[in-house]
Amino acid sequence: MVEALYWIGCGLTLLGALLTVVGAAGVLRFPDVYTRIHAASITDTGGATLLLLGLGLMSGLQFATLKLVIVWAFIMLTSPAAAHALANAAYASGLTPWIGEFRIIKGATPDAKKTGNAS
Amino acid sequence: MSFVTSHFNYVVVIVLMMGGLFITFSTGNLIKRMIGLAIFQTSVGVLYISLGKVAGGTAAITIEATSEAGRALSSKLDPGYVAQYGVDGVVYSNPLPHVLILTAIVVGVSTLAVGLAIAVRVREAYGTVEAGEIAAADQAAIAQADRRKSGGRGR
Amino acid sequence: MSGPLAMLDVGAIINGVLLVMLVVLMCAIARVRNLLTAILLMGVYSLVMAVWLTVMDAADVAFTEAVVGAGVSTVVLLGAILLTRSETAAISWKAMIAPGLAVLVVGGLLVFAAQDLPDFGDPASPANAYVGKLYLEMTGGDIGAANVVTAVLGSYRGFDTLGETTVIFAAGLGVALMLGFGERAMSDRERGRMPVNVSAGEDHVVLRVMAKLLIPLIVLYAFYVQFHGDLGPGGGFQAGVIMAVAVILHALVFGLDATMHAVRPGVARAIAALGVLVYAGVGIANIVHGGTFLNYDYLFPPGVEARLPDAAHHNWGQHFGIMAIEAGVLLTVAATMITVFYGFAGRSAEAVAVVGGDDTHGQNP
Repeated sequence: MVEALYWIGCGLTLLGALLTVVGAAGVLRFPDVYTRIHAASITDTGGATLLLLGLGLMSGLQFATLKLVIVWAFIMLTSPAAAHALANAAYASGLTPWIGEFRIIKGATPDAKKTGNAS
Repeated sequence: MSFVTSHFNYVVVIVLMMGGLFITFSTGNLIKRMIGLAIFQTSVGVLYISLGKVAGGTAAITIEATSEAGRALSSKLDPGYVAQYGVDGVVYSNPLPHVLILTAIVVGVSTLAVGLAIAVRVREAYGTVEAGEIAAADQAAIAQADRRKSGGRGR
Repeated sequence: MSGPLAMLDVGAIINGVLLVMLVVLMCAIARVRNLLTAILLMGVYSLVMAVWLTVMDAADVAFTEAVVGAGVSTVVLLGAILLTRSETAAISWKAMIAPGLAVLVVGGLLVFAAQDLPDFGDPASPANAYVGKLYLEMTGGDIGAANVVTAVLGSYRGFDTLGETTVIFAAGLGVALMLGFGERAMSDRERGRMPVNVSAGEDHVVLRVMAKLLIPLIVLYAFYVQFHGDLGPGGGFQAGVIMAVAVILHALVFGLDATMHAVRPGVARAIAALGVLVYAGVGIANIVHGGTFLNYDYLFPPGVEARLPDAAHHNWGQHFGIMAIEAGVLLTVAATMITVFYGFAGRSAEAVAVVGGDDTHGQNP
């Protein structure tokens, strides 16, 4: 059983690495900022989750596994926030998306206009 | 061929060093020059750490040779090798280069900050950070000062 | 390749791949003209370097490189291009001939000279066989710290580290003198002029919540790294930079005003000086109690150390000496990084407006 878990862990780690490469390819090939942010966040969340899960299975139940869980929680907290900050900055700079419209919700303004920041 | 495998790190150090110097020499932008210098500093770090690496060694944090980690490490190595180059049954990498480069990194960012502060003040004084334009502005100012001096002597 | 070098195989391949990535990144940084791109590539370069350092068993250094290179260095560079311009002028290929030739000649000579360097991983090289091995053997008896790097940095080479701390303090002073103490922006706000807004605005709920959650954790982590410096990778330098990063995060999300009210620039400068004072003070305390400068065996007054519990098995003087100087390093490094950030971020908007502002507007990289 432990052996099987180890090999499943190896497989998941490889899958996570593959997903990271896919995310990197997406960043290079996607047409505009918003889709690229999506591809990059695949790397952070999907790739990192699979990698950490695989590493956890490979190492069995140890103190190190608890540390991996904490690292995963930290990545889950910070990476989506970073992607949100990027997308917000792109919106505030006025970058229009490749598909769809730049639909401004009634009453909301991009931060640039509200706070007077000339970026 | 064995030169490449045993000295690959040093070749990369030289490439990075020369690349950093090339960036510093070829560009006129003060900030890009600071970036080139930062790359140069990291190449020196790569050199020191490569020199300190010991084959089969681990990080320089003392562990018991009889503990699980110690046994896992020494099981992969020849016992004669461990006896000759190890300390108390475990082979470690040399800690001295790590100490030198650790402080060098933090000092490097401090000097980077000073250099960038100078660049910011240069920009405020001259309106540009390109070395060519700064030199031209200096020449123009010197020429103007000379003209004013010779004009004021009332020839 | 037989013997010890054969065991380098997998590690050697990873080492090779990472170093090739460093070279590729360096070429990309050289080619790119947009400085924002160059700065972000430098951040990636630092992170790849941190991974390489971990492969090379340099845990402390990897830690420092990751925090400093991808954290503070990027912030300081971004602050600089915000205050200057963010695109370099085009270089004609003629300007590259002379530097290129010089670099090729010197590089060739260095490669020729590199043949004499010891083989990679050689345990019997002059670098690894004498003082390095001696430190590993003597740390257990002399100092008792598990992390040999901290023992060497704090005790055996403590004088060096005092010099480095003073250099960091001097650099912080230099930046503060050149860019101002950050208070010019505060006084501008009081006079009613529009400041440079480095905040994310009041309606960034996600970022504010995330920052409120993370900043205490980051500070706690900084203290953890500080006090575990002699048990595992860590120490004063890393902890100081992590502490400064917490303050910088606060400034980026809540605005420079709020941060300057929480951590006043004058207090930051005073703490930087206090750190160097603590470090040198420990050295003087050793002299007062009968020893030489920074010899921690004389940290306590004569007779006191022998009465401490379990004095035969612990070098309490060394233990407390290293803790005290690491505290000094933490204070100086954290306060200096905060002062540097205040210098760049607090430079008043007037200075930026006079020379025409920055031109990163709306670029799609």
